[in-house]
Amino acid sequence: MNHHNNSDNNEKNIGLNNEGKLKTFLNKEITNKRMDNRILLDKVGRKLFSLSILFALTVLAILFYRIGAQSIGWLDLQFLTSNLSIFPEKAGIYGVIIGSFLLMAVVIPVTLILGISTAIYLEEYANKGRFQSFINVNISNLAGVPSVIFGLLGLTVFGRLLNLGSSILAGGLTLSLLVLPIVVVAGQEAIRAVPGFLRDGAYAMGATKWTTVRTVVLPSALPGILTGSILAISRAIGETAPLVVLGIPALILRVPHSIMSDFTALPIQIYYWTLDTVLTPEYANLAAATIVVLLVLLFLLNSVAIVIRNKYQRRY
Amino acid sequence: MERNALLMLNEKNNNHQNNVVYDVKNLNLWYGDVRALKDIKLTIRENQVTAIIGPSGCGKSTFIKTLNRMVDNIPSVRTSGEVLYYGTNIFSNGIRVEELRTSVGMVFQKPNPFPKSIYENVVYGPKIHGIKDKKELFEITERSLRSASLWEEVKDRLHANAYGLSGGQQQRLCIARSLAIQPEVLLMDEPTSALDPIATTKIEELINELKKYYTIVIVTHNMQQAARISDITSFFLNGEVIETDETQKIFTNPNDKKTEDYITGKFG
Repeated sequence: MNHHNNSDNNEKNIGLNNEGKLKTFLNKEITNKRMDNRILLDKVGRKLFSLSILFALTVLAILFYRIGAQSIGWLDLQFLTSNLSIFPEKAGIYGVIIGSFLLMAVVIPVTLILGISTAIYLEEYANKGRFQSFINVNISNLAGVPSVIFGLLGLTVFGRLLNLGSSILAGGLTLSLLVLPIVVVAGQEAIRAVPGFLRDGAYAMGATKWTTVRTVVLPSALPGILTGSILAISRAIGETAPLVVLGIPALILRVPHSIMSDFTALPIQIYYWTLDTVLTPEYANLAAATIVVLLVLLFLLNSVAIVIRNKYQRRY
Repeated sequence: MERNALLMLNEKNNNHQNNVVYDVKNLNLWYGDVRALKDIKLTIRENQVTAIIGPSGCGKSTFIKTLNRMVDNIPSVRTSGEVLYYGTNIFSNGIRVEELRTSVGMVFQKPNPFPKSIYENVVYGPKIHGIKDKKELFEITERSLRSASLWEEVKDRLHANAYGLSGGQQQRLCIARSLAIQPEVLLMDEPTSALDPIATTKIEELINELKKYYTIVIVTHNMQQAARISDITSFFLNGEVIETDETQKIFTNPNDKKTEDYITGKFG
């Protein structure tokens, strides 16, 4: 209350003081009092924000500790080079890793080609107007649709309609659809960030729109596009639900040899092993070991994204 | 037109005997509902420097961007009237805008080299227009950079990034890039407004040199620059051409009161 009065008085006194000299705007007493509060608030803020990151780090540490502890003794060369088995001691994930890689061999080209083309169309060719904003809103919505629903879509269209069953191709196409919106949105943002004066330079040389996109826009947008794409691909690698819906068998004893083979992938295997822990407790260790492999893979992919981003960073 | 015809009879004046490159007839341009250019009439002749002067917002930049149809890229732009380029209306259906722009180069207000090497910048045009031979591309690079008086400064670092150059060098690189496809006309939209006085002088000397081989249209808000480098000056105001005449005449004895007010600094 007192505080408030003071500041009122202060406002009236702004201008000249009794001696007719110019008065400072700042009342030292009040400023100092408030300064104390502000500095305190700053300190509290710093604590709160660092606690937030501590929370995330703690969870991550617990995760690492648990899977680390559980996988010790199980994650060895034999585990990486043998195929699945119902006997925990003999089981390995060689076929599962191959399945995941083949899956990516489908997801990466399909997602990149469709996603980047869509982004180019929306940013460079489509007339800016209601239609474009309508499409943009829908793409953003699509990015928020639960992955189970993409699984159902994949089952209906690729599994049944196109009769691809639960093959790698069907799974790959389903995962591509799932992560496509991420690539489109990242691509659009990267393309939009390319300054207009670079395009003008190309147009003024008699370049067509496609030449301009190919020679000027895409090279400049590449880091942004690649970063978004790799994040999308990491998401696809770790996705389980759509593949479960697609009906991937729990136990595949043959290593997949083509994109038409039945398969199982890393996250799926983690899921099934975890489910069966009640019957065979050792499956928990197998699941943990598989998680380590998956995390290492994700870590590598994300590192590649960061390296690419730093390497191709452009300046204008 | 009448006055031009009279001047053409003037034997002493060689300027007006040069071939007509652009004949602009009643050009109007709208941004949405705003009429930015009003019944522009202007003749641009070969191997001359035509300067367009006028206060901000008078339509001079819009006008120069119409000459190579860069205004096409701005949504909601409409035009009427004719811009004859060597006798052909650039708005007619048969005209391919890409072809027009290989013949009419443009240099922008802010230097806009591509984020590539100096060499890649110069050969950009020749490459997209189908020249693949390495030796030929290198010859083009040297010729273009020499024409833009940049060769001596960059010959040892052709493969360095263009963004390592100074602003003035970047702008000369942009000129070299335009020259690499050997246009007939060079449009320059306030090419020195982002540069320091020394870099500006270099570009002005370059323009003086280039006009032997090219027709140059330059937009400038710097009247001294127009007086120094141009043969013909056109004064734009509120989207209209107030007066077009020989530069010397415009700056010493303009016909229109508004031109006089502008060049003597009473407004703008």
